[in-house]
Amino acid sequence: MGLNTYDFCLAASDLLPLVVLIICATGITLFILVATHVVDFLLKTSRKGDIKQSTYESGMEPVGDTRRRFNVRFYMIAVLFLIFDVEIIFLYPWAVLYPRLSHPKGDEMVNWARGLSDAGYTPGFLLAAIGVFFALLLVGFIYEWRRGVFKWN
Amino acid sequence: MWDPAVKRVESILRNWRVWLAVIVVLPVLAAVVLWLALPLYKDPAANILSNPIWFPIIVAVVMLLSILTSTAVCILAERKLAGFTQDRKGPNRVGFWGLLQPMADGMKFFFKEDIIPHNVDKPLFMLAPCITLTISLIGFAIIPWAGDVHFDWMAAGETVSTQVASLNIGILYILAVGSIGVYGIVLAGYASNNKYSFYGGIRAAAQMISYELPMGLALLCLLLVCGTLRLEEIVNQQAQTGVWYVFVHPLPFLLFLTSVFAEANRMPFDLCEAEQELVGGFHTEYSSMKFAMFFLGEYAHMITGSAIMIALFFGGWHCWGLTSVENTAWWAMLIKLGVYIAKIAIFIWFFMVIRWTIPRFRFDQLMRLCWLALVPVGIVLLIATGVLSAVMDLQDGWNWLASLAVNVVVLIIMLAYAARSKTSITGRQGNMPDVDVRPT
Repeated sequence: MGLNTYDFCLAASDLLPLVVLIICATGITLFILVATHVVDFLLKTSRKGDIKQSTYESGMEPVGDTRRRFNVRFYMIAVLFLIFDVEIIFLYPWAVLYPRLSHPKGDEMVNWARGLSDAGYTPGFLLAAIGVFFALLLVGFIYEWRRGVFKWN
Repeated sequence: MWDPAVKRVESILRNWRVWLAVIVVLPVLAAVVLWLALPLYKDPAANILSNPIWFPIIVAVVMLLSILTSTAVCILAERKLAGFTQDRKGPNRVGFWGLLQPMADGMKFFFKEDIIPHNVDKPLFMLAPCITLTISLIGFAIIPWAGDVHFDWMAAGETVSTQVASLNIGILYILAVGSIGVYGIVLAGYASNNKYSFYGGIRAAAQMISYELPMGLALLCLLLVCGTLRLEEIVNQQAQTGVWYVFVHPLPFLLFLTSVFAEANRMPFDLCEAEQELVGGFHTEYSSMKFAMFFLGEYAHMITGSAIMIALFFGGWHCWGLTSVENTAWWAMLIKLGVYIAKIAIFIWFFMVIRWTIPRFRFDQLMRLCWLALVPVGIVLLIATGVLSAVMDLQDGWNWLASLAVNVVVLIIMLAYAARSKTSITGRQGNMPDVDVRPT
């Protein structure tokens, strides 16, 4: 089942307005950015100086740079997010197909569901399979909870 | 006030009769222009509106401009509401009832000096507000504004969808765009090379990625009922059965609402720009129009977020007895659009009321609320809905009551567990000294 040219053009024509929208939105933001600098240049009111251009630190002289260490918990949250978000994205195909498979509507869907059931992929099997997948996620979640990753004190 | 010309202009703009005349005359003028242009629409071959390629592009441009304009109106509304909440008048100087305030703000932003500090990462510093604004402007691409519409010049039974792009991965598009939105704020915090900005940015990153999980889980629960990722089909299902998904799944709606608040960095969750701790947060070093872009981005995000929430849980353009899937006339389209905009206005009002009534969370409360309250509720509810959808078809007849009952049971169980557990979600930290503040 390859992707023929007609299908590809059909899909592309669906996406064309989206591309136009993204180009328009980018254009508007870039226009605002350029216009700010042009207005700034034309008015020529800008005076530069060491004090004025220095980093704001509540009126004190800035101490050092900001490229420094930060709390490791933020890193832990990012790692956890990667794992959990990917697992949740993996559940999406199942969540879309599962109600259609267990309660098919229309002849075509009924035939499709029967075909899958005959091949061994019954709704019960799919529920059990996704249950195992989800249980792995849950074990990880409970482990992290017990290890105190979510404690911020 | 020393210039008589300025005084004259101001007195005209303060007069409510002038505003009434503008409000009456402008629609009349628009109607006359449309009536004069009517012969142009009558020829189907020459008509750009009946072309399936051009119509979504027109929708895209119109919606882009109207969202940009309505952000300005939103800012005025927010300031007015803040005024009423705090028992003052709010902006009332520019124009009648302060109606020209957004314009004055925009002008002021444009002519303010644009300061770029010495030690910033200059390309990233300029890129960050652009990313924020662009991302919040493209989020509304999949929203079915007014369903399908049939114009008089089209062949019988032929309709066009009032949607920018009818994506078959609509809901995934929402999640993807929401994820890119993190970059703008994090890059702003990193590129500013300022400690306040950096902490604001890193807090925002942790908050926004954490709250994507409850959002994803809530959407999964919804998907198990509707079985499609296309937003227009989700809205059509709700319109056909007349049961909005908020009645089928109230708890996922609450999860989704909380996540939208957190993703838009609105008040109870605006730790990344907490004024009392971090000055301006991630936009401390920004000035002039670059700051305004963050502002516009936040309000556009709010509008898009409420529009998505309405499409998923509140039936989109559907209102009982007023709109239906079958009625595709152009006047029905206008009614549907009106219903949609009214719902968005209610949601934005809700966002603003919450902002001016509820105090900000502490960061550990925020993280615990997400990981120890919303995510477990989402997981339990997903398992329950999965089992329930194996037993019965949730779209059939009165079966949605079973789903509602499951929601209520899960809520009661979770609340009972939270009441029994020793550490509360939003309360004090465990190792804090116990201070008795009661009068003796």
